[in-house]
Amino acid sequence: MKKTPLYDVHLKSSAKMVSFHDYFMPLQYDSIINEHHWVRKNAGLFDVSHMGRFEILGEKAFPFIQYMITNDARQLMDNQVLYSPVCNEHGGIIDDLLVYKRHEKHFVLVVNCGNTEKDLVWLQKHAAPYQPLEIRDLTETVSLLALQGPLSGHILETALRGKLSTVKRFFFRDFSWNNTRITISRTGYTGEDGFEIFVEAKHAVELWNLLLEDNERDGLKPVGLGARDTLRLEACLLLYGNDMDETVTPLETIIDWTVKFGKADFIGKKSLLNQKENGIERKMAGFEMIDRGIPRHGYSVWKENEVIGKVTSGSFSPTTNKNIGLCLIKPQYTKIGDEFQIQIRNSNYHARVVKTPFYKREPKQ
Amino acid sequence: MNIPNELLYTKTHEWVKKINNKEVIMGITDYAQQQLKDVVFVELPSIGKEVKAGVPCAVVESVKAAYDIYSPVSGKVSKINPKVQENPQLVNEDPYGEGWFLQIEVSDPNEFNNLLTPDKYQSICQSEH
Repeated sequence: MKKTPLYDVHLKSSAKMVSFHDYFMPLQYDSIINEHHWVRKNAGLFDVSHMGRFEILGEKAFPFIQYMITNDARQLMDNQVLYSPVCNEHGGIIDDLLVYKRHEKHFVLVVNCGNTEKDLVWLQKHAAPYQPLEIRDLTETVSLLALQGPLSGHILETALRGKLSTVKRFFFRDFSWNNTRITISRTGYTGEDGFEIFVEAKHAVELWNLLLEDNERDGLKPVGLGARDTLRLEACLLLYGNDMDETVTPLETIIDWTVKFGKADFIGKKSLLNQKENGIERKMAGFEMIDRGIPRHGYSVWKENEVIGKVTSGSFSPTTNKNIGLCLIKPQYTKIGDEFQIQIRNSNYHARVVKTPFYKREPKQ
Repeated sequence: MNIPNELLYTKTHEWVKKINNKEVIMGITDYAQQQLKDVVFVELPSIGKEVKAGVPCAVVESVKAAYDIYSPVSGKVSKINPKVQENPQLVNEDPYGEGWFLQIEVSDPNEFNNLLTPDKYQSICQSEH
């Protein structure tokens, strides 16, 4: 098992720790529901150093990235971030990641913890035509903190005594702090305004403490993976391993918009084009429970006496006070208002398709 | 950790209150609710259902997962607490009071001998901690 540089800090904050893939991570410091509401109202600080990070450097770094991802990096400016799946030849999702473009010859990828090793092998396997190309694993040397919530901009500006208004949504910038370089991107996994901060591992504890000490009275609290999951589900941000894996293609999910057929060849293009032309056999939909009951990953979805698919994510939703979920089901049942049943402990409970995302933050005044 | 003296316990963290030699009320302990944290769902059996000691009789769900609740004694469900189904957080707020689960008509009073005294239960909680 691995520990992030903040492991001892989490223990000292009496976090309930769980093993998440290879890492000991904080599930919750207080209550998941309290932490969830806190992020929606104020701001939360997350240790997400378990996520994999790679640096890609080389003359042909851009065409390499373009070949690996389904989204189109041509639209990216320097210092901009793009969300994309990486697919296999069959269009199955190997991983979903964020692509950070420093410039044409220098990118950073942030990938899912559970996929770090697999992704590295996959990237290296396809790197040959793009040499010289360097793929560096930064996961252990650089830590990643997420500061999320409506107050996060104010909190970060106070702590760093710098202006962040120039860092727009899905952009990033380097700042100097404490004689080191930190990179701040306006990204996140909660549906709120927020930032993700890359800091050298040896400075991670110091930055964590600085943010919390400076701002506890202003409304910043540490938040664990439990609330991260409920926050992301309300915002309909997909979770690898639950909502998608190598047997699912992006076209079947709600991230079908990340597949750009207009660009040059990429891994999986042919299969995905084929699927687009022939039609998909299942589609992702968001639903809420009509009957009482909490849907969970893997539960079957029924229409009359037939199984029409399965729940990929489900939970009690603190913001809407409903039980919600995402499912992959036969496409003819995914219209808003369509009703079906979720099987929970051998009984079927009514649910209906609703508009996604379940939660969308109010635009800033 | 609150372990009232007048109750009996199971090693699976249920409490039992004897009303008389034939009927008990049961719920989950303060220790259990602290471990679960936010209880967001409680599923209870219907009245009249036969339950068996050591066999699941109800389900509680926290934000993260679902957990079985075991019947402390064998018998028949004579009452359920509808309030705890409507407001699952009662399990967190008042586990020995408003957060009770079931009333059971006991079929074998000898089973009381298998339940734990407050002292014994406390040592189980401490060893788990």
